[in-house]
Amino acid sequence: MRRYFTRKLITYVVAFFVATTIDWAIPRLMPGNPVSLYLSKFSVTTEAQYAALQKLISQSFSLNVPVWKQYLNFWDGVLHWNFGLSFYATEPVTHVISQALPYTLGLLVPAILLSYVLGNRVGAMAARRKWLDNTVLPIGYLFQASPYAWLALAMAYYLAALTRWFPVDGGYGEGLIPGWNWTFIASVLYHWFLPFMTVFLVSFGGWAIGMRNLVIYELETDYARYLRSLGASQRLVRRYAYRNAVLPQLSGLALSLGTVVGGNIVTEVVFQYPGLGHLIFLAISDEDYFLLQGIFMFIIVGVLIANFAIDIAYVLIDPRTRLSMQGAQA
Amino acid sequence: MTIGTGLPPDQVPDDPVVAIVANTRHTAPGGTATGGPVFRRRWEWLYFGLRNKKVVAGVSVELVFVVVAIFGPLMAPFGATDRVAAPGLRPSFHHLLGTTYPFGQDVFSQMLYGVRDSFIVGGLGALFAGGVGLVIGFVAGYRGGIADEILQLFTNVLITIPQLVLLIVISAYLTSRGVLFEGVFIGVTGWPWVARAVRAQTFTLRERDFVDLARLSGKRATSIVIRDIAPNMASYIFLVFVLLFASSMLVAVNFDFLGLGPTTSTSLGDMMNQAELWSALELHIWWWFIPPGAALTAMVAALLVANVGLDEVFNPKLRDT
Repeated sequence: MRRYFTRKLITYVVAFFVATTIDWAIPRLMPGNPVSLYLSKFSVTTEAQYAALQKLISQSFSLNVPVWKQYLNFWDGVLHWNFGLSFYATEPVTHVISQALPYTLGLLVPAILLSYVLGNRVGAMAARRKWLDNTVLPIGYLFQASPYAWLALAMAYYLAALTRWFPVDGGYGEGLIPGWNWTFIASVLYHWFLPFMTVFLVSFGGWAIGMRNLVIYELETDYARYLRSLGASQRLVRRYAYRNAVLPQLSGLALSLGTVVGGNIVTEVVFQYPGLGHLIFLAISDEDYFLLQGIFMFIIVGVLIANFAIDIAYVLIDPRTRLSMQGAQA
Repeated sequence: MTIGTGLPPDQVPDDPVVAIVANTRHTAPGGTATGGPVFRRRWEWLYFGLRNKKVVAGVSVELVFVVVAIFGPLMAPFGATDRVAAPGLRPSFHHLLGTTYPFGQDVFSQMLYGVRDSFIVGGLGALFAGGVGLVIGFVAGYRGGIADEILQLFTNVLITIPQLVLLIVISAYLTSRGVLFEGVFIGVTGWPWVARAVRAQTFTLRERDFVDLARLSGKRATSIVIRDIAPNMASYIFLVFVLLFASSMLVAVNFDFLGLGPTTSTSLGDMMNQAELWSALELHIWWWFIPPGAALTAMVAALLVANVGLDEVFNPKLRDT
């Protein structure tokens, strides 16, 4: 068991290192020099002014030191959680991100958890039950197959733009000041519903279908047949099948995180929801590299933490890994 | 799947190992010598496939789209980016799915081109992701040891880095991106789960007697993997390719929608991106963004349904009783 966690830890450290290096490389690989881009915001007339400003900006962003030193500086920034200034908002990147982060977490965390729990339940129920298999599953296929962008657009059109049941875009009503009062919270929930449903439904379809297939596999295994031949109730057999089928689903959850994050970005863009996804979109179109770097660091750290949580959950629900842990200590 | 000597039963040599192999081959149900049973076993999957509603439905829908992908662009009434009519026209006989706003491009023609692009991206994505995943999975699973450790680390690291982050960095190098680039990119970043699954399966097959026998007979590792291990997971590998095809098309939509897709052609995701950028939602030009997404959903759903059906065909335990 210690070996299990050591191995995971090594993976995460390497992943963090590789991802940070890639992240560092972004503005250095991009076409066009970020400094000259930044300079284009100023009205400079003479060549001398331009050179002076260029030098000043290079200095203030520490771009005038050797590359290896820039790399070390970046690590220093990462470890202090400091990613410099955003070109677009002209305030610290971490500050811009921390304003958007609650919206993204508020969408992602409930969508991932609820779709996983409900999808697994519904999928397990549908296995080997004709009427459920013929009603819920076809809908599941459609949701799993629909692109996030399209489901979001379709919902925004039919449930918001056309019928006016829900707001089309934004994170809260116009003219409201964010604060802990009921009008604001109600408005946030009202705006949250459609983007949440988009991310939720796509994932839900995938989990339900995956679970249905896994439970059918399990119901046909030797232990399930043996249990049935002993006269065990259908419910008991299903419960054992479910517990075994949950394990591959949990590893699947770790695999799908990257996709869900990507889908969430697209969904936020459609609803102009003020989270990290929308911020990425703005950062790409404004070529705001420091902001992009900062957001990616947040995403990577978030995905790594989620992966680690899943690793722990795996140990908790799979008695075999726990058993081997006790065996190693004895 | 067994390796036989090919000798008739009365000439089976005394060597016990060879004898067992030779015997199992000759007594196996389905027979060997006569033409009928072999034929039946070989075409069995087709028989069950045609009787499986999911396979028939999924494959039929997919075939319609394949025809559209091959012949659609040839029969498209207009070019994908030509300004051919007044902007924002509703669907009509002349423009089956209306026109875009404010460009006045024919939505139906754009879709015909877009379906072909989706198939190219899906195919390339499946080919590269499947190829890389199989090689890494086989090597890690068959070799084991230090090679396995390193390849697993590599796989797990790639899993934790979102594809979108890599795409933004790589596309920085390129001034124009084509459909081919997108397909290959999705392929070379989308293989980790394939490698994991193939590794796990190879691991269990490696311990089987017939693989030991192949090793004893002095076969090379690559030949054992290709001739003895891969055929035993052929149906699984086929299903993996179907799933990769579907998921590559979906990933491409995300990229296209964020404007990171091909810059040289109009894809289905690109159409939705344009519709969003030019406020088709507020202008109620639903025919610009609903049809391309619906086509994609149908293409992907058909593949997923066919996939589950094929699983039932290949694995008798899963068939409805």
